Amino acid sequence: MAGVTEFIFLGRGGQGGVTAARILVSAALKDGKWGQAIPEFGAERRGAVVKSYARIADKPVPLHSNVRRADVLVVLTSSVLDLVNVNELMKSNDSIIIVNSASPIKTGYRTYYVDATAISEKLGLVIAGWHIVSTPLLGAVARVTNIVSLEAIINSLPEFVGRENLVKLNAEAVKMGYELVRGE
Amino acid sequence: MVGQVSLAKQVRKVLVGDHAVAEAVKLAKVNVISAYPITPQTLIVERISEMIERGELKADYVRVESEFAALATVYGAAAGGARAFTATSSHGLFYMYEMLWWAAASRVPLVMAVVTRVIGPPWNIHDEHTDLLAIRDSGWIIGMAQNVQEAFDMTLTAFKISEDERVLLPVAVGLDGFILSHTAEPLDIPAQEDVDAWLPPRNPKIPYTIEPGGEAITMGNLPRNDVYHAILKKYMDESMEAAKKVIADVYNEYGKLTGRNYGPLTECYRCSDAKYIAISMGAWSGDILNAVERLRNEGYPIGLLRIRYIRPFPEEDITGWINGAKGVIIFDRDYSAGMGGVLASEISGFIPSNTSFEGVLAGIGGFDVSADEFTAIMREFVDRVEREGLVRIRKYWYIPKIER
Repeated sequence: MAGVTEFIFLGRGGQGGVTAARILVSAALKDGKWGQAIPEFGAERRGAVVKSYARIADKPVPLHSNVRRADVLVVLTSSVLDLVNVNELMKSNDSIIIVNSASPIKTGYRTYYVDATAISEKLGLVIAGWHIVSTPLLGAVARVTNIVSLEAIINSLPEFVGRENLVKLNAEAVKMGYELVRGE
Repeated sequence: MVGQVSLAKQVRKVLVGDHAVAEAVKLAKVNVISAYPITPQTLIVERISEMIERGELKADYVRVESEFAALATVYGAAAGGARAFTATSSHGLFYMYEMLWWAAASRVPLVMAVVTRVIGPPWNIHDEHTDLLAIRDSGWIIGMAQNVQEAFDMTLTAFKISEDERVLLPVAVGLDGFILSHTAEPLDIPAQEDVDAWLPPRNPKIPYTIEPGGEAITMGNLPRNDVYHAILKKYMDESMEAAKKVIADVYNEYGKLTGRNYGPLTECYRCSDAKYIAISMGAWSGDILNAVERLRNEGYPIGLLRIRYIRPFPEEDITGWINGAKGVIIFDRDYSAGMGGVLASEISGFIPSNTSFEGVLAGIGGFDVSADEFTAIMREFVDRVEREGLVRIRKYWYIPKIER
């Protein structure tokens, strides 16, 4: 659909890909845009490779089918890249990848990396053994794509994060992701 | 000016379909909710229970041991004068099946959300419309939303429609499992005071006055003559006919309040100059609409007729729009065994014999169908009619290749 930026969030069940997509859409709304966040739903998928989708546009999006090929692929843990055929998830040669990784990764596409795991570790954003990597990656998305603003992402956090101190820490995580994301 | 309704103040939020339905239930100030809180339940009743817990909604929440009991509970509450609501999905809806008929023929106003999902076997939790369509003979008014906003609007308007004295039939609001129930989209929510002015509390004395010390009445007892049963069904039929006008009126008013008027039982996009009409229902209509736009850009004169309410059956709308069409293509996300697509089967009787027609069965079991695929299916149909002349295909099973 023309004028729509399509996202695929690729990670493991329980990593927060669905929430990340929803925060992105809430942020888009605050920036005066429209969009939708769609989970790929199966039963009991914690730990399995899962996708969720988001579409952001300047006007309401009528689609409800899955995003088959992304303009922006956000990878919550780099190990899943070995388990999928990335070419099948990308819309064009101009599509980009933003990956949670401590070092550059060659994918054949324009790829940005940020060590979201280290950021969450540093901020103590580890819940039940799971690092919160979605918020640093959303900061990276804001920086790299310019589709949503950093402020809008931070202002959306209270809708998704319960406790006030966690809102602050996640806001810090978003900012660090924004600052620390690097190109190839 | 007399009768002028000013546009309500609205807040724009991002919610998943299920939570949007819960917001509408809260704004409608429902008195009694009953649910069986286990799979296949929905996020709707979960959110409502949180609203009650937080004191945002003052209502009685009756937790029961089955969907049969959930519907029986709200049916009883509604008979007693309460504004009542329940929600269910797939197998849960089927567990209610007997009660659906009792509630409808008892003429109680009642609203139920149905998150449409596949009926097993094999086990499958994804989106299909077969469950909702299997209740179409029971006497419920049945709507199906296209997006999160409409799921909200359809729920709120359902109370007004159901409680109208010309109707007094329960209303089922359908929304697609996951692709709507769990999909987050922006929607506009009117303020409580504006909803209050538009939707006053239910009159508890209509249709029954049940109160302590009041006159004794019996409901649903054995009639002395079986002909009463036929008379009741005829009354229900007349109320279904009346509901067509009530639904149109309610959306007119609601449109003035919110700025959103979807039209009555159907909505037709790009139909006025269309030679071909696609027909669909539910969330994937947005994808079909996108395909229609693409085909228009390629020069194909096609429009989309979206069914908003399948009961009462929008016979006049359908015959009006397809009259003079060269071809009609109907998309069913449901299957009636031994017959075909439910929409195709019901609508085909109204398609003139000299009009081309194809019924497409797709998305059965919840598999995803993209706008690209809809574009290809519709282009192929139109090309074939243009090439071969009259084409009549009641069942085309669209089955994608299974990737391993």
